[in-house]
Amino acid sequence: MFGYIVRRVLQAIPVFLGTTLLIYFMVFAMPGDPIVALFGDKGVNPAIAEHLRHQYHLDQPFIVQYLIYIGGVFVGDFGTSFSGQPVANILAQTFPVTIRLAILALLLEMIVGIGVGLISGLRKGKLFDASALVVSLIFISLPIFVIAFVFQFVFAIKLGWARPTVSGAANWGELILPAIVLATVSIAYIIRLTRSSVIETSGQDFVRTAYSKGLSGARVVRVHILRNSLIPVVTFLAVDFGVLLVGATVTEGIFNVPGVGRTLYQAIIRGEGPTVVSFVTVMVLIYLVVNLLTDLLYAALDPRIRYGK
Amino acid sequence: MSETPLLRISNLEVDFPTQGGSVRAVDGVNLELYAGQTLAIVGESGSGKSTTAHAIVDLLPGAGKVTGGSIVFDGQELVGATASQLEDIRGRLIGFVPQDPMSNLNPVWSVGFQVEEAIRANGVATGKKEVRDAAIDVLRKAGLSDAEQRLKQFPHQFSGGMRQRVLIGIGLAANPKLLIADEPTSALDVTVQRTILDHLDELTREKGTSVILITHDLGLAAERAEQLVVMYRGKIVESGPSREILTNPQHPYTKRLVAAAPSLASRRLTAGLSVAEADSEFDLTAVAAKRAARTEAGDVAISLADVTKVYSIRGSGFKSTPFTAVDRVSFDIKRGTTMALVGESGSGKSTVARMLLGLEKVTSGSIVIDGQAVSKLNAKQLFALRGRMQPVFQDPYGSLDPLRNIANTIAEPLVTHHVGNRAERTARVRELLEQVSLPWSISSRYPGELSGGQRQRVAIARALALKPDIVVLDEAVSALDVLVQAQILQLLAELQSELGLTYLFITHDLAVVRVIADEVCVMNKGQIVEAGTTSRIFESPAQEYTQNLLDAIPGANIRLGA
Repeated sequence: MFGYIVRRVLQAIPVFLGTTLLIYFMVFAMPGDPIVALFGDKGVNPAIAEHLRHQYHLDQPFIVQYLIYIGGVFVGDFGTSFSGQPVANILAQTFPVTIRLAILALLLEMIVGIGVGLISGLRKGKLFDASALVVSLIFISLPIFVIAFVFQFVFAIKLGWARPTVSGAANWGELILPAIVLATVSIAYIIRLTRSSVIETSGQDFVRTAYSKGLSGARVVRVHILRNSLIPVVTFLAVDFGVLLVGATVTEGIFNVPGVGRTLYQAIIRGEGPTVVSFVTVMVLIYLVVNLLTDLLYAALDPRIRYGK
Repeated sequence: MSETPLLRISNLEVDFPTQGGSVRAVDGVNLELYAGQTLAIVGESGSGKSTTAHAIVDLLPGAGKVTGGSIVFDGQELVGATASQLEDIRGRLIGFVPQDPMSNLNPVWSVGFQVEEAIRANGVATGKKEVRDAAIDVLRKAGLSDAEQRLKQFPHQFSGGMRQRVLIGIGLAANPKLLIADEPTSALDVTVQRTILDHLDELTREKGTSVILITHDLGLAAERAEQLVVMYRGKIVESGPSREILTNPQHPYTKRLVAAAPSLASRRLTAGLSVAEADSEFDLTAVAAKRAARTEAGDVAISLADVTKVYSIRGSGFKSTPFTAVDRVSFDIKRGTTMALVGESGSGKSTVARMLLGLEKVTSGSIVIDGQAVSKLNAKQLFALRGRMQPVFQDPYGSLDPLRNIANTIAEPLVTHHVGNRAERTARVRELLEQVSLPWSISSRYPGELSGGQRQRVAIARALALKPDIVVLDEAVSALDVLVQAQILQLLAELQSELGLTYLFITHDLAVVRVIADEVCVMNKGQIVEAGTTSRIFESPAQEYTQNLLDAIPGANIRLGA
């Protein structure tokens, strides 16, 4: 097992270097000169522009720029944004907000998605199941910004249960409504995934054998049906958590959440190379870690899967 | 016996609702079982034997429902009992051993957990240590001597036989009064089957447990049970003491079953008996007797010399370990005769077939067919050879393309080898269907619409399409019900005498070999341990391994005609 983890981490190194290089190149190749853009409508002062270019290493060849940047990353220096703020500070401000949002959304997905999916699967063809299928289909079909605006309008503006937008502090309570919006589509998928998985497991021979042992119905469902059915669901959840952690541009934008998605979007618009690259670098790292954890979790849930020796 | 029976089933009816109305799977079944008795329910697939067993513990699959009759167990009516009453009875009073050891243990829980769960649910023991000790005890009794070390292991780390022992242990964990064993050994090799059934006999006899044994094998049923119930299409057609039914079957269906069972046929042959009932349409004894009377056939058609196959198995890291699946196998098959290759699973017999068919490369040694070394053939010659050598595989469900109708399936080799025009091919398909006794009307149907036996006939018709000289039959009748199996064996024998075919017949079932083969090679762990004519092998096996295989044929201990 340990050898497997080491191997996976070693594999992550070329993936990390490759993706950051690619992103760096894409930002580098973006049209327009970011330094000229900084001057806005005012005339460009060649001396200051030259100084800024030198300060941000923009006068160096591409590959040198990349190496200077990546060298900095390894000592915790993510560069400086054009507004003069260290990018590391921006990361430290935005990621906690997004992490809170992601945890709330994940909890909702687990409780509602698995709960409804399990009941649906056990009552296949009954009214509850049919309704759950229809409702989940509606949420899968709706674009997320529609859900966001409808929820914002109904729950925040009409009913007044929550604030329509999030304050700068972005504390847990304020994030519940955006988390619900963010979780809806995944919940719909999880209901369907859990449902079909429960139906499949319920038909397995070992479930009949479990009943034949004299186990109670509740125990068979909990120990034999649910546990086995959750294997694909947990994999989905883990990957989804990775997606949540890298921010939700649309939802964060609508609810004015000062998280990763919104900040990154603004940085792209402004052409802030170091900020964009740093955010994406952290996202790549998160993805690599989440993927590794997913695989390990999968092995922990299903003893038939064993990695390495 | 004057006491009241432990189990009394009267007028039991079980229906399965389908789209076209409900289907009656069990239709008015009556049976009685007394304490300490063993009763076998015999029948082909779909006869309702398993459904009857499942109905007793209310574990019918899908939407199946008991629609009539009563099941009284130990004075209690089980039809209409509440869920909690049934939970109390299951495991504690009625143990259940399911059919397929591969799918009946939950793959994500350790074996120990699954045994302990049964022990705890039935109140055999409480407290962590006591439950664990009881689990070890149960597994030891079921024949797992190293139970203590294996508690933490998962089902996939156990072999099929070991898993079945675990399931038997679970079934008997709470010392139930009744054990229902649903085809407990059908998925296992004959030798393993015998040890497990012997063990089950011992355990139940010790405790005086009654047993209902569900099986498709009449020989096995008669050997293990005093009482026999024969089911056909949801009804009991005959019941009574096993030996009586076997020696003097009354119902026409039972007569056919007795005549068709290869285990019994081989028994009759060994005993030099003929079957009294000549009205039976499939008499394997007669088929085999005809074969034995035939005069010696011609020259050598297939010759294998020191054929070896080595696979490399992925080991740890980048290393791979060589695994010898077939080890210096040599034999000759004479034209127009049948060579049977026998062995347990993993003995390498199917690998030999695949190499002969050219589907697998030979590591060393040579295969010579009609004087030509297969390895020296170029692509064109190999193509020509394949036209004269055709396979029939085990699984009639998997070996036919579900999207191709029967006529196209049978005509496919003709198209591949550019034989005839459209009209000629259609004529040939018609002729082939006739040869395998299938009506022309099925030619436009699809494999999904045929029964297992019909599909295997189609597979045989396809193999015969190019008028091959050699047919390789890899477990071609193993998946079929006894009656269908008998039909196919008879068909193969007829085709051989009509067309002078040479068969390589691969099977794990020695009973079938006795009926179909002229010569036998017994394989074990990639090597041929014994070879000879069928009668020689059966009458005086030289190797202990062969002797064990022969002893394991169900029904071997039954005396017939005495």
